[in-house]
Amino acid sequence: MDFFFIITSLLKIAILLGVILFMVSYAVYAERRVSAFIQDRVGPNRVGPAGLLQPIADMFKLLLKEDFTPHATNTFYYWLAPCLAVMPAIITIAVVPFGSTLFGVPMVIADVNVGIFFVFAISSLGVYGIVIGGWASNSKYPFLGGIRSSAQMLSYELSLGLAVIPVFLMVGSLRLTSVVQYQIDHGWFIAPFVGDWMNPWKWLLTIPMIISFLVFMIAIFAETNRLPFDLPEAEQELAGGYNTEYSSMKFALYFLGEYAAMITGSAVVVTLFFGGWHFPGIPDGSHGWIFGLINIAVFFTKVAVVIFLFMWVRWTLPRFRWDQLMRLGWLFFFEIALVNIFLVAAILAYTPRL
Amino acid sequence: MTITVPRPRLNWRERLYLPAIAAGLAITFKHFKNMLLGRTKVTMQYPEEKWDSHLPDHYRGAPALVRDTDGRVRCVACQLCEFICPPRAIKIIPGEIPPADRFAKVEKFPEEFDIDMIRCIYCGMCEEVCPEQAIYLRKDYAIAGFTRADMVHHKEKLLEIGGVMHGVVLKWNERK
Repeated sequence: MDFFFIITSLLKIAILLGVILFMVSYAVYAERRVSAFIQDRVGPNRVGPAGLLQPIADMFKLLLKEDFTPHATNTFYYWLAPCLAVMPAIITIAVVPFGSTLFGVPMVIADVNVGIFFVFAISSLGVYGIVIGGWASNSKYPFLGGIRSSAQMLSYELSLGLAVIPVFLMVGSLRLTSVVQYQIDHGWFIAPFVGDWMNPWKWLLTIPMIISFLVFMIAIFAETNRLPFDLPEAEQELAGGYNTEYSSMKFALYFLGEYAAMITGSAVVVTLFFGGWHFPGIPDGSHGWIFGLINIAVFFTKVAVVIFLFMWVRWTLPRFRWDQLMRLGWLFFFEIALVNIFLVAAILAYTPRL
Repeated sequence: MTITVPRPRLNWRERLYLPAIAAGLAITFKHFKNMLLGRTKVTMQYPEEKWDSHLPDHYRGAPALVRDTDGRVRCVACQLCEFICPPRAIKIIPGEIPPADRFAKVEKFPEEFDIDMIRCIYCGMCEEVCPEQAIYLRKDYAIAGFTRADMVHHKEKLLEIGGVMHGVVLKWNERK
């Protein structure tokens, strides 16, 4: 625990936090533009060139709005809930490797050996923000939203956890940097075109990996309350869901938490299935700082592509009914993920070690 | 009468839903792409692009007073428009034209002519009732102001909107 480590860690934390908040604000802008384009509209294009300063205007608007607290709320939890909604989403990013190395410093804040457990443990806390917010508002729509959210998150947490087990069966380590290293050596899990890609066993393993990816992706949609599964905040049914009674910056914090969760979810998806910061043909940061920067850029480009996928799906699919959602989670994805684990285990047991 | 809604059994491909989802994603992406490349053009960028050239000839915009080719305000302060106006938006104070004036024959002119644009419903009855063809509904539609007082169009403003009207009624000429 030397001085250099502390300084670089603090620097990484500060910069990554800034980048995440920047990405959140522009994800909101991107969401508005993408949704507009999909619906043949124009979207915000007035503030700055092509509306690029819109997030700043939004921020000022939200900060200057009246922060109204309804009379019947449980004040302590009412104030606590929005913070609880943001915190886990931002903390999770700490274990995700967002680049190779820069000047010899590994581009991950905490390279813990239980990486994916940490991600699941912390991101599950996100539900508390919503449930407490829904309960503390002391109003029926937020309450229903909170209940829905807790049931939904518990159901999909299961398939989320089971869907990534095949990845770790193959890698043999829970450390997220070793997942990336494995994919550099043996090809991305979704498209293993680098390394020993001529090996037919590898392509056989790609089939369960794609199933795994689909289940994980869908579970992430449900975890972040994105559209096919946005029942906790179903505007048409619940008048906004758990955040109905919130205004001003507290509402903005919920919004921030949702988008931060989306970004972290995308980052985890990229790390687990799309090779993290790796791009075929680009060496890692030990070959020069410029490559270190390119690796970081590659990672965030991949994250942006996955975020676009989130938005694209949101503005395409209608919302599930509540019973359909539960049936899908418990009777479909759970089983698929479970069978998938055995499939991968069987293939791994009967193939020569990859 | 009972209508039995047919609920066909879906085959496995339809029950998988993935082909349908892929088709939906393809449709939305097509719209996204066309909008991004500027092939779709539906929205008018209002303050820069305006409706003006698309307005029909019979469009009823803000009412305005007109002058004739001699530069005289056509209105003779008969107050018919004031009486017909359904929301009572028009207020006229008539004045007398001095005998020495070239148009002394007209006798009256509007000393004040106010139209409260908050009240105006753009019905066009003032234009219809005017015997002198002095008041017209023009194509101005973006009437805005910061206060209620701003929204009252006085005579000068009305004449500014109206401009000069050529031809038609020239019965106040001396030659006639």
